Amino acid sequence: MKEQAGVTLEDVRRVAELANLELTAEEEPRMQRDLNAILGHIDQLNELDTSGIPAMAQVGEMLGGTLLARGEALRMDEVRPSLDRAEVMSAAPDTDGRFFKVPKVIER
Amino acid sequence: MNLEDLTIDDARQAVASGETTATALAEQHYDRIVSQDVEIHSFLALSRERAMAQAKKIDEMAAKGNPLPPLAGVPVGIKDVLVMRGAPATAGSLILKGYRPPYDATAVAKLEEAGAVLLGKLNCDEFAMGSSNENSAYGPVLNPKALDRVPGGSSGGSAAAVAAHFAVATLGSDTGGSIRQPAAFCGVVGVLPTYGRVSRYGLIAFASSLDRVGPFTTTVKGAATVLQVIAGKDVMDATSSTRPVDDYVAGLTKPVQGLRIGVPEEYFGEGLDAEIRSAIDGVIDGLKMVGCVVKPVSLPHTKYAIPTYYVIATAEASSNLSRFDGVRFGLRAEEANTLSAMFRKTRDAGFGAEVKRRILLGTYALSAGYYDAYYRKAQQVRTLLTHDFLTAFAEVDVLVAPVTPTPAFKLGEKTDDPVQMYLEDIYSVAASLAGICGVSVPCGQTKEGLPIGVQVLGKHFDESTMLRVAQAVETQQASREFGA
Repeated sequence: MKEQAGVTLEDVRRVAELANLELTAEEEPRMQRDLNAILGHIDQLNELDTSGIPAMAQVGEMLGGTLLARGEALRMDEVRPSLDRAEVMSAAPDTDGRFFKVPKVIER
Repeated sequence: MNLEDLTIDDARQAVASGETTATALAEQHYDRIVSQDVEIHSFLALSRERAMAQAKKIDEMAAKGNPLPPLAGVPVGIKDVLVMRGAPATAGSLILKGYRPPYDATAVAKLEEAGAVLLGKLNCDEFAMGSSNENSAYGPVLNPKALDRVPGGSSGGSAAAVAAHFAVATLGSDTGGSIRQPAAFCGVVGVLPTYGRVSRYGLIAFASSLDRVGPFTTTVKGAATVLQVIAGKDVMDATSSTRPVDDYVAGLTKPVQGLRIGVPEEYFGEGLDAEIRSAIDGVIDGLKMVGCVVKPVSLPHTKYAIPTYYVIATAEASSNLSRFDGVRFGLRAEEANTLSAMFRKTRDAGFGAEVKRRILLGTYALSAGYYDAYYRKAQQVRTLLTHDFLTAFAEVDVLVAPVTPTPAFKLGEKTDDPVQMYLEDIYSVAASLAGICGVSVPCGQTKEGLPIGVQVLGKHFDESTMLRVAQAVETQQASREFGA
């Protein structure tokens, strides 16, 4: 495992911010330790020379062309009944029945 | 009825013949859950009203002598990452506490259309992230075969409920081993269908290029029956395949003689428990005896499967889980006065440590400056891992290997070390990355009495051959136990 060169507490805070997570003061060092341990294990991938190897997003691409590209896996794009609005809105933490209500968006 | 050896066939037959009713069968299962699940903790919610309405409907059909669908009256449970209209859907997380989705997952709807009685929702690791079920925000599930042990994860509740005979079949989900590993730990059959074989509509997404839905049962034939019902194209899931679904149950009657069985040497290396190795050797010998041709094969990139998986799965999870933000459903932190503070506080209060760890790791792997080094690299190794399987499958029909390096471990044994916990998936993640199908079948137990599972891996969309070999393993195991 890499010691100093790995993830710093500063990195943990930056990534947490990107991910919209707020970590407590106790969580930060623990996450730093765990990320370094896991990334240390992941570093094994560098043993492999992957130059020229295509990247694979999902297996469909490997099975003789993507179904998606030929369009056969897609349904027709047409208007049809959807979920009941009242039912959907009733699950929301805060709503006026038509919209989701949230706290102030612009901070000033 | 005696629930302890009740198969899907038995249950349906008993309802059809009038030996019992779907109503009585459902009541019997609920009684057992109420009296015994206090200890196991496999169910998070019971859907009694819906179950009894369905049972009544089946009983009316049976009374009229109408032909019954394939799962008529069969009591089933659903992993709590699949949505069921009106029932709580927590995904094992506090962030979804109180949420009752207004629709059914396709696999769930198909089970009910086929006559199954939906008993309720099953405990699991939070957002299906875990190998021991200890990451559920609602408390762990215990292994019914050994109460000091974990049932495996993430579909721990689904495996345990079948092992404890609380349900005749259950649905789980598998992203990196989450069906096969708990099936092995609890001594039941668990199927990972080929990527695209079963619709994921209504499955709460973890890693979309890996997530699959599959059944748990006590027998291979039962698993084939359930898979047959849930498989197929779904217009609500663009990744579901248009390929016709084979008749898996009929396929089981074909002989296994002459089938080529590959044994991947990398799955028998250091770290494999000696008793598991000897059980798998016994399975391979047994397959030879019934006329299968056994060949050693190599999957040379196997050791890179775990690091590859933990980049790809966490990257996708960091994106998928961004939808849990306190706006549309579930938890919302109250003490926030701006939108961005509300997001952060809600997610901090709602997610457990493992989920946060994976979101952070995935976000890190996708962030500027690291994308090529981690995410793109892992996608390239994923290609190599998949080629390993395609090369092997040019020579053999199925692969036979252990599911897990060890039998069920004790609660708390691995919770402090995420890497140790991840290594538990060493034999299961490669198949997940390659999109092939797999099944875990019980093949004996350790001296301590802990279940051992063997994994049969099949070619893409060749569940039929895979299940046929699995059934041969099951038959041999039954005669071995009978002989002993």
